[in-house]
Amino acid sequence: MDYGTLRGLFALLILALFIIIVIWSYSKKRKSSFDEAANSIFDVNSNKDRDNANDQNKNDADIANHKEDKKIKISKQETNNNV
Amino acid sequence: MTQSNTSAVDYNFDVVRQFTVMTVIWGIFGTLVGVLIAAQLIWPALNFDTPWLTYSRLRPLHTNAVIFAFGTSALFATSYYVVQRTCKTTLYGGKLASFTFWGWQAVIVAAAISLPMGYTSSKEYAELEWPIDILLGVVWMSYAIVFFGTLVKRKTSHIYVANWFFGAFIITVMVLHIGNSMVIPVSMMKSYSIYSGAIDAMMQWWYGHNAVGFLLTAGFLGMMYYFVPKQAERPVYSYRLSIVHFWAIISLYIWAGPHHLHYTALPDWVQSVGMAMSMVLFLPSWGGMINGIMTLSGAWHKLRYDPILRFLIVSLSFYGMSTFEGPMMAIKSVNALSHYTDWTIGHVHSGALGWVAMVSIGAVYHLIPVLFNQGRMYSIKLINVHFWMHTAGIVLYIVAMWISGVMQGLMWRAVNTDGTLTYSFVESLTASYPFYFIRFVGGVLVVAGFILMAYNMFKTIGAKDGSLKPVEAF
Repeated sequence: MDYGTLRGLFALLILALFIIIVIWSYSKKRKSSFDEAANSIFDVNSNKDRDNANDQNKNDADIANHKEDKKIKISKQETNNNV
Repeated sequence: MTQSNTSAVDYNFDVVRQFTVMTVIWGIFGTLVGVLIAAQLIWPALNFDTPWLTYSRLRPLHTNAVIFAFGTSALFATSYYVVQRTCKTTLYGGKLASFTFWGWQAVIVAAAISLPMGYTSSKEYAELEWPIDILLGVVWMSYAIVFFGTLVKRKTSHIYVANWFFGAFIITVMVLHIGNSMVIPVSMMKSYSIYSGAIDAMMQWWYGHNAVGFLLTAGFLGMMYYFVPKQAERPVYSYRLSIVHFWAIISLYIWAGPHHLHYTALPDWVQSVGMAMSMVLFLPSWGGMINGIMTLSGAWHKLRYDPILRFLIVSLSFYGMSTFEGPMMAIKSVNALSHYTDWTIGHVHSGALGWVAMVSIGAVYHLIPVLFNQGRMYSIKLINVHFWMHTAGIVLYIVAMWISGVMQGLMWRAVNTDGTLTYSFVESLTASYPFYFIRFVGGVLVVAGFILMAYNMFKTIGAKDGSLKPVEAF
């Protein structure tokens, strides 16, 4: 097999891999775990960590609590179903 | 940073704070040098007959300052922040993270001294001489160790998509930097590339375009995938699309370099491959842009009162515009008109000031209150003023360059019936003067916006902890 053919086959392999990635990421089974991943950045715990990370006085804690209240209101949201 | 008493994770935000503050400082510095050289094109006397203030030496200083000082500091800050937040663990490597900060600042200072002195390898965006290149490589390897080490010790099972983009950016920039910086030193500040002729040109633009593709695109897409959903308080539009977006963009970008070398000594087929691959790139680019902008679907009203979100979303609009313009300019017949003209400069700045700077500014405005224990920035109104100054500056800049560029292209190619050129080069230069002035005004607006940002930042940092209460928007 010459170098040209080998490279052609490699290109096909990469294309096949890409198609597999598309099918995998759009499979119905993955939907819920992807929704979870997309929402992970709003994790209430992590907000608490963030706002309390540098607590030095009570004033900070007040703000942290205030922010946390607001964040809790954001329930888990679905990402788009079609795209 | 002091330890925390209530949180489970003790994040290393010190290094994030340092990089965040320096992002704003280098933003002022880099754009200020840009304005100076823009002014020199109108008033050449502004080089004061001093060798180290000449355009030829300050132009690489400007590009290095905005890309590696401003842009890359923003990437360091946001990647270190995002990787800790999404992996729910502190940075790996302890003091190594701090080394990346001081090492990177040392690279920038070395650049700011050596470039005006005239030391250059003459490779665009890779002008730094070999000792600085080695330091840059060491710092970058440390960056990779810190970032991937943090990913390895993460407390979550999933790696959030932003980290994939940051990771691809870090690895690829390492490979590009080492590949293109292969030189034979002949003295402390002079070296010669190991590549020769057309191969050297191809290596240079393989590096150059992928610096655009991975540093200025993939890295900032990582930023986008965290800060746009966070600021909009909605998850990304389609997580599935973000995965396809990632694999499509990293597998395609690497091939686009030859479009910088149309109609040169580069083999014709390589030029055609470069053109075709550049046009294909339109698809993943717009996929990512749509994913970012549509994250706001159902929450568009937030744009009315949140200038930070406005920065982030308008940055995506500029990203979409530049990634439409780019593939078009990569078409050989369009390139025949656009290449070597101001159109290219306009294109670069709609990407750099529109996409890269605006997404960074938005992310930094989001980060500063979080990092310095405040509920919000010192002044929301000033963020809004900054937004409009920056936007007006970009529009003036790119519209002026478009008109000037197309005009230059048309004048240079105009021929008389006897085959002689209709215009001399100087005639096209004279015709460009009014547009150079408009560009200068646009640049001044951008710098003034950055200065406002610095004022707002220092007021926020200086305020008593927790004294700035978040605004209730609903």
